[in-house]
Amino acid sequence: MSLLEVDGVTVRFGGVTALERVSFAVEPGEIFAIVGPNGAGKSTLFNVISRIHEPEEGDLRFAGENLLRLAPSEVAGLGIARTFQNIELFEHSSVLQNLLVGRHRHRRASIPAQVFFAPAVRREEVAHRAAVEQVIDFLDLQPYRDRTIAGLPYGLRKVVEVGRALAIEPRMLLLDEPASGLSAEESGDLQFRIKDIRDRMGATVLMVEHDMRLVSAVSDRVLALADGRVIAIGTPAAVQSHPKVIEAYLGTEAAVP
Amino acid sequence: MRTALKTSYVQDIRLFPDVRRALRYAVLLALAAALPLLLDDFLLGEATNVLIWAIAGMGLMLLTGHAGQASLGHAAFLAVGCYANAILMERAGLPFAASFLAAGVITGLVGVLVAVPALRLHGIYLAIATLALSILTEDIIVLAEPWTGGVIGLVAPDITIAGAEVDRYGSPGLFYWLCLAVALIVTLGYRNVLRTPLGRAFVAIRDSEISAQAMGINVAMTKALAFGLSCMVTGWAGALMGHFFYTFNHEVFTVIISIQLLVMIVIGGLGSIQGAYWGALVVGVIPQAINIARDGAQAAFGGSVLIPGIETGIFMTLLIVFILFEPRGIHGRIEKWRIYVELFPLCRRDMFRRQKSFLKTERMR
Amino acid sequence: MLTTRPGAQDSSGRAQGRCDGETGIVETLQLIVSGLANGCVYGLIALGFALIYKAAEQVNFAQGDLMMFGAFVALGLANESHLGLPFWVACIGAIAAMAVFGWLLERTVLRQVFGQPQIAVVILTIALGFLLRFIAGIIWGHDPLALESPIAGVNQRFGDLVLGLDELAVIAVTLVLTAFLFGFFSRTRLGIAMQASSQNQLAAYYMGIPVKRIHGLTWALAGAIAAVAGILFASKGSIDPNTGLLGIKAFAAAVIGGFGSLPGALAGGLIVGLIEPFAARYVASGYSQIAPYAVLILVLLFRPRGLFAQAHAKKV
Repeated sequence: MSLLEVDGVTVRFGGVTALERVSFAVEPGEIFAIVGPNGAGKSTLFNVISRIHEPEEGDLRFAGENLLRLAPSEVAGLGIARTFQNIELFEHSSVLQNLLVGRHRHRRASIPAQVFFAPAVRREEVAHRAAVEQVIDFLDLQPYRDRTIAGLPYGLRKVVEVGRALAIEPRMLLLDEPASGLSAEESGDLQFRIKDIRDRMGATVLMVEHDMRLVSAVSDRVLALADGRVIAIGTPAAVQSHPKVIEAYLGTEAAVP
Repeated sequence: MRTALKTSYVQDIRLFPDVRRALRYAVLLALAAALPLLLDDFLLGEATNVLIWAIAGMGLMLLTGHAGQASLGHAAFLAVGCYANAILMERAGLPFAASFLAAGVITGLVGVLVAVPALRLHGIYLAIATLALSILTEDIIVLAEPWTGGVIGLVAPDITIAGAEVDRYGSPGLFYWLCLAVALIVTLGYRNVLRTPLGRAFVAIRDSEISAQAMGINVAMTKALAFGLSCMVTGWAGALMGHFFYTFNHEVFTVIISIQLLVMIVIGGLGSIQGAYWGALVVGVIPQAINIARDGAQAAFGGSVLIPGIETGIFMTLLIVFILFEPRGIHGRIEKWRIYVELFPLCRRDMFRRQKSFLKTERMR
Repeated sequence: MLTTRPGAQDSSGRAQGRCDGETGIVETLQLIVSGLANGCVYGLIALGFALIYKAAEQVNFAQGDLMMFGAFVALGLANESHLGLPFWVACIGAIAAMAVFGWLLERTVLRQVFGQPQIAVVILTIALGFLLRFIAGIIWGHDPLALESPIAGVNQRFGDLVLGLDELAVIAVTLVLTAFLFGFFSRTRLGIAMQASSQNQLAAYYMGIPVKRIHGLTWALAGAIAAVAGILFASKGSIDPNTGLLGIKAFAAAVIGGFGSLPGALAGGLIVGLIEPFAARYVASGYSQIAPYAVLILVLLFRPRGLFAQAHAKKV
């Protein structure tokens, strides 16, 4: 069974159709990339999966469960974690605190127990702390543990955001343009990390990315979107050489009046 | 320079990060507990006042400083706590301990009740709604005359705890200790909240609702909870305030009090428990400082120097100075000094420089 | 108006039973005109809010106090007991002075919090408002004073209907000013640049719009409008430093109309202005002063963006 099934999803904003009858499925353990020119609807698709946008038509299932029945805050509970295109970290908290927020879905203690800091809460906190430390080790964030986000450089923030998503212990990780704004070196690191996330953390990765080099290096399958429609799906090489994809990116004589 | 060597996760979770800080707070607490032996009745009354303001400040700090929801109407919740406590003692004959607890719970529930419709409002709209609430409170108190005594008001019933009469005038020491105990309990509870998922959820919705939601935090429920807890604490402060003022009517809990409370925590330092205490201290000290200055001026120049509204004038000037030059308040300033001293001489000039930020519209949300 | 209508109809029916029909209508008309005149003052203050919010996305809680201050400046220039300048000279002087004052306020104080969260500006302007009140109290005292204006206390008769010239002047000036501002924002380059700079400061900055200078201009404009509102208000009755608290009511008006919408601000002001005399006339005392805020809370509950707002959603 596919992990994520997107079936005929259509999203309209006012009169503008952002996504039209988009269908695809992501298999467990896959690294699945979504590419397309600006305004193709890639981020909208992510926002549909995170339940920020309501699709007008279509079905959305995660591990067999109907996503459209869930509130936005319940999506994380299924094990879907995400990052944001423009980095949405908790600016005034430390790296550690940010990652600990990722543990939110694993909390068990009741609110009165938290106010009185019952022994069970202490045990839970230690466990969260240990789990977060694994993520810190995994992403080499040790030197920045207690640093406030507001003072961190851009590339590091992107890493912290991935870390926060990993602290959820996701079954599927949504990365929204993970390489944008990164240096060549950081982008190279990212390439290994994405593979590691799949191989060592066991998370399926779904990403939106512009950098075709990164996409072809890591992804198993690629989906190309243009004007809200799926125009190609397949291996990175196949999609890159697909005539419709070339047309969407470069334009053809027919497209330019 | 001091480095903290961490050897266990518990170190990040403890109430105090290190022994030195724990000791410092222990000394502070001992000093606070000894105040009735050190001060005369008048100054002890002022210290009690500061404690009550600090409790109210912690209530608002939780909501505004940590959960990021500005309220311009917290005097309304002071009023609810104050009247609920007095009415429960007077009409239902409850002992103070029971009515006090109940007053907090009632105020918390009222807070949630207010929060549920207010949840749809963001930033400035929430501020306006709470401001309107605060304005309405005065009128509602007058209209609810059978319960609240209207413009005549109520007299705070006597408190008896374990056989001892606790009275602001009769036994100011006991009343002070009562307030100190409440302040201590609230502070501990507050600190606990901050080191658990609940507190992290508050900070998360303050800094980015959209990603808090993506982390599985139910934003609406968390806001309602923040309102509930905040109002509960504020209700307790209101109950104590009632006993402190002895008599109270609709003119006590005005919009001005709401604004003063907000201004207080901004001066103290948003986003820190200590900020509530610093702010309360400023509220308590300014009138005394003005009195002393006025006496001095009268002695020097003769005649009576009376400038109406000078308290507010100074208070507001102070606020403007802080917002412009130290947005993190007194607490933030002290922390910077501490870091400077601890790192000496390694502190770089621009270490604390504020980042220039361009504002993208907040209007959209 | 929205909430009190059933009750109002009820009681006005009774009122008509008591008097004859015509007086009932005249009385209602008079209530409407005085409500509109008050509403225009609220509307003008609300315009100031909306203007700053539209152009700089700052919420200026001190607008009511700016109005009070403008009124006092005009009074200080015009009244015999003070400088005794001719009324029109004093008006122009006060408007110019308040424009400069608004500009200076932005230059010295508000520019410091440029880019900080809205709520910082809210708290800052609340403090500025209190400070203005304090300063006005020191300069002009706390007793109510009246502006000696040629339109004060002159009545205009229309049959049975007696209307104050001051009230009519307030309504006329407000309408002209709103139309002017509306045209300014939708037609002129500067107005459009002001809107752009509030939508996304960084983008506007890149487009070559001098964002900071525009903020200064906005505050100058808001100061000038506050002076106009102050002069009109002071012509209708007396002022004292606490008159600035009217700003809260005007704020309610701005929210009812929809923040950032200029016609909305005026409409909100008129709604609040109309509610008041009718609530005072027909609703039990004690409840009547609640009416504007009750309407505000209803609007916030059911149309949180105000009656005339533009709808938006944040992009992620």
